[in-house]
Amino acid sequence: MIRKLCLWLCGMVVLFFSVLLVPSSAPAKTEIQWWHAHTGFLGERVNDLVAKFNAGQGDYEVKAVYKGSYPEALTAAIAAYRAKTQPHLIQVFEVGTQTMLSSGAIYPVYQLMKDQGIGIDWADFLSVVLSYYSKDGNLYSMPFNSSTAILYYNRTIFKKAGLDPTKAPNTYEEIEKAAKACVSSGATKIGFTTAWPSWTLIENAHSWHDQPFADQNNGFKGMASQLKINGAFGVKLLTLLTRWQKEGIYTYSGRTSKGDQPIINGEAAIGLASTALVGTLAKTAKFEWGTGKLPRMAGYPQGNSIIGGASLWVMKGRKTEEYKGVAKFLDFLGKPEQQAWWHATTGYLPVSKSALKALQATDHFQRNPDMWTAFNQIMSGKTTANSQGIRLGNFAAVRDSIEAELENVVGGQKTPKQGLDDAVKQGGKILKEFASLYK
Amino acid sequence: MKRSIFRNRWLPYLLLAPQLVVVVVFFFWPAFDSLRLSFFKVAPFGDREIFVGLGNFIELLTAPEYGRSVVYSFVFSLGVTTLGLVGSLFLANLANQKIRGLPFYRTAILWTYGIAPPVSGIIWLFIFHPSYGMLPYLLSMVTTYEFNWLLKGWVAMLLVIFAAAWAHLGYNIAFFLAGLQTIPESVIEAARVDGAGGFELFRRITFPLLSPVTFFLFLMNMVFSFFETFGIIHAVTQGGPGDTTTIMVYKAYVDGFVNLRMGYSAAQSVILMALVIVLTVLQFRYTERKVTY
Repeated sequence: MIRKLCLWLCGMVVLFFSVLLVPSSAPAKTEIQWWHAHTGFLGERVNDLVAKFNAGQGDYEVKAVYKGSYPEALTAAIAAYRAKTQPHLIQVFEVGTQTMLSSGAIYPVYQLMKDQGIGIDWADFLSVVLSYYSKDGNLYSMPFNSSTAILYYNRTIFKKAGLDPTKAPNTYEEIEKAAKACVSSGATKIGFTTAWPSWTLIENAHSWHDQPFADQNNGFKGMASQLKINGAFGVKLLTLLTRWQKEGIYTYSGRTSKGDQPIINGEAAIGLASTALVGTLAKTAKFEWGTGKLPRMAGYPQGNSIIGGASLWVMKGRKTEEYKGVAKFLDFLGKPEQQAWWHATTGYLPVSKSALKALQATDHFQRNPDMWTAFNQIMSGKTTANSQGIRLGNFAAVRDSIEAELENVVGGQKTPKQGLDDAVKQGGKILKEFASLYK
Repeated sequence: MKRSIFRNRWLPYLLLAPQLVVVVVFFFWPAFDSLRLSFFKVAPFGDREIFVGLGNFIELLTAPEYGRSVVYSFVFSLGVTTLGLVGSLFLANLANQKIRGLPFYRTAILWTYGIAPPVSGIIWLFIFHPSYGMLPYLLSMVTTYEFNWLLKGWVAMLLVIFAAAWAHLGYNIAFFLAGLQTIPESVIEAARVDGAGGFELFRRITFPLLSPVTFFLFLMNMVFSFFETFGIIHAVTQGGPGDTTTIMVYKAYVDGFVNLRMGYSAAQSVILMALVIVLTVLQFRYTERKVTY
């Protein structure tokens, strides 16, 4: 009896493991894995792009896989790389750029295109976008969803408060006046708010006023090891915000994208956020809204706004014939047709000048003036050593510590100078630790 | 009773194998890998590992933010445990009365255990939210003080404590109820005859008789609030404002998976591992034996 039972059990165990070991049947087309971090509306648009590519040719099948938030997608890709099951393409947010450059796990895009003999006119790419993802003049990752920070204002609230709804506030003084009027008239409770506080308030405010963010030209000349945000400009800006928070003009809405919500819901009179909100607002807003350039502070030179968003990195270690498909897919994504469509539906910046020209040839920008705001801002700005972008090792950690200190300052636990000094100290530690890994 | 004897020497091992494989692959292997990693500085993609000895631990123990994180963890855990135990003991006593509709009440107070911690966090977030929450609105009618947990650390701490304690309430009540029902009716009756009523009865009879359950729950709640409340913190405060809700387990996550400092994060999980070992030893040694009544 026992022997029978034993045999039967052994049989079951063997059967169980052999089921696990059966290889899945090979697909007829070569599969290209793309891990990304877009969900909801944007996730569907990603699927649209992929479906179009897959339908347009018969050799490759791109599979777009949603892998969670940006940090989650990156972590998943790292784990996969260490287990040698990495995807071909991974979408990495802009703060991960230096991490990817140093990783030794990537196949630079310019090299891939050269190896596959696909000629792309890199000079046709918008310079702010190109410079952010290039090293020594060569493009390392394919810009995909590039955004920049702009100002949003709620025209319905402006009207209720008796303000001119056609005029976006241009300076910090104008924001103060307008936000104060909106709150004191009872038109809304949130006068001014910010999404991605480190990005809109610290990073972009510094570059927009041509102020340095970190040493080594914000990390573009060499590995940065020191933040520079505790200068007079940063202190002045945070002093202003702290006073506004006390007076009920500014409302801190939380880290990362949390500040998008009051803008989308129509609660905030004025907000700083990513251009990617244009698409969402156009689709969902039940109120009138407008956009404007980032606010200026008097007495500082003109710089430029920097980009955010993410780019696509090609990972090393897959088969040569698969890389042909990757190159073709990236070429497809870079084509003006896709770029113009992607921009018009989402509000992200198109990467090429020819896509921009094609859009200008139509009445797209006349019909959607808010989509023009970002270009207007970038073209009116001056790209300098302080405003070509920011490239820091472990930027995600640096940003996290900046946002933590921002909360301490605006909440009144620390003075602006103290908070920024602490952010610089903490940031410097993170940067030095990163640099020590790649000596 | 007949002792079963396996004639085949390998059969017992074969039968144990699946469980052993699970334990080794999912518990021992990662634990040893963490232990190993905690002595290294690791590049994000793992292509470089630099041996630093106890460097990560020294850095941790000298970093003021880690010290703060330890303090926040204990404040949080003791808060969750105290609030959870007091609240659930109270509710369990109510649910132990002989009243009409008892099954309904019992179900109603047990079901919070079925809610995932992040969901509990979100529910409390809606109640507390500075711009659309109900509580700040009600409070604004009595006081002008702003209970903005996005900027005030202690409000944020209170919020996550409430959310975590509430999520764990059902679990505690289940154990307390079971404990209450093991108290013999005769003991209570005897006390009543001696003239003890209401609170006196609870203080002298019920509470001492419940002490093994209370001690067990104390340890379980400490473990829960130290290690399983990650979801609540992540959904509600993300460790902020500043770092006032960055409890140890959340810091280990942020350093490891957001900041990609695997060695540093591994060192933190080794410390957490030591902590859970201490709690487990305490539980095994004292739950049954040292609680006297």
